[in-house]
Amino acid sequence: MKFGVVVFPGTWSDRDCGQVIEQVLGAEVRYLWHKDRDLQGCDCVILPGGFSYGDYLRCGAIARFSPVMESVVTFAEHGGLVWGICNGFQVLCETGLLPGALIRNEACQFRCEPAHLFVERADLIYTANLDRGAVLEIPISHGEGNYFADPATLSQIEQNGQVVFRYCQPDGLVVPAANPNGSLHNIAGIVNEAGNVLGMMPHPERRAEVELGGEDGLKLFNSVVDAMNDILVAS
Amino acid sequence: MVNYLATVVVTLKQVVNDPQGLTVKSGLRQLGFDEVEGVRVGKHIEVRLTAEDEKAARTRVSEMCRRLLANHVIEDVRFQVEEQDAQVGASR
Repeated sequence: MKFGVVVFPGTWSDRDCGQVIEQVLGAEVRYLWHKDRDLQGCDCVILPGGFSYGDYLRCGAIARFSPVMESVVTFAEHGGLVWGICNGFQVLCETGLLPGALIRNEACQFRCEPAHLFVERADLIYTANLDRGAVLEIPISHGEGNYFADPATLSQIEQNGQVVFRYCQPDGLVVPAANPNGSLHNIAGIVNEAGNVLGMMPHPERRAEVELGGEDGLKLFNSVVDAMNDILVAS
Repeated sequence: MVNYLATVVVTLKQVVNDPQGLTVKSGLRQLGFDEVEGVRVGKHIEVRLTAEDEKAARTRVSEMCRRLLANHVIEDVRFQVEEQDAQVGASR
């Protein structure tokens, strides 16, 4: 099982992801420089958090035109696993691999704090080891994580069951008070219709070791590794 | 070829909540500008370009807006194109 972690100028969570993949999971990691087109045979490509290209113009707007993204889009269109975290989620929306957009937090503040996530989908490769309705504690760290989609798109996303995570209270209740950024329907993460492209604002790589406050984020990484190993063994 | 200056204005769509605009509005109200009923914050982008004529310049700028300058999921965009003499263009 090989993970690719894309590195844009201004990416800051690439090494955090790499640490989890190599040191915690014991899997292989390749850092994919934004100017390269070769995904080096990776089974899952992570677009990590940070401020790609300084977030100039709009978050993720410039990153979308980098050479590596052409390969990532093709990879995703052929069913490859593409996992956007924080800035990576913004890049996926700008690229059009995921619907909607992420705008400035409702309170106009950068929010860096633990968040609780209600798991809506447990049938994805990313969530295979979880149960629907499970609550994960994974931190957020963003100024522009306020999920927006026009009413028709939003209703489509809901009907298709594309919402994977919603901000909730520790007891799992999805209420406005648990919404840290103003996201519509408390949306913290969505998947494309095919289920292979996931975008989420919270940072699972920052909750993957007990020393760092918990292992809820690791559950997602483990799900990917277990599911992919099953697929690789089966083929 | 002729030099043109395109002035592009990008704003959040009316249906998109604009937290920056709301914050500026509340700031203006606090300063006593009670007549302020709404504020929208956007971006002002100046693009200098060369083109055969104004129509060609407008076509190119429109394409720039579509492909990069605005995200049409959340933003509206409008622009003006004006001819510039070469010297003004060079000094900017």
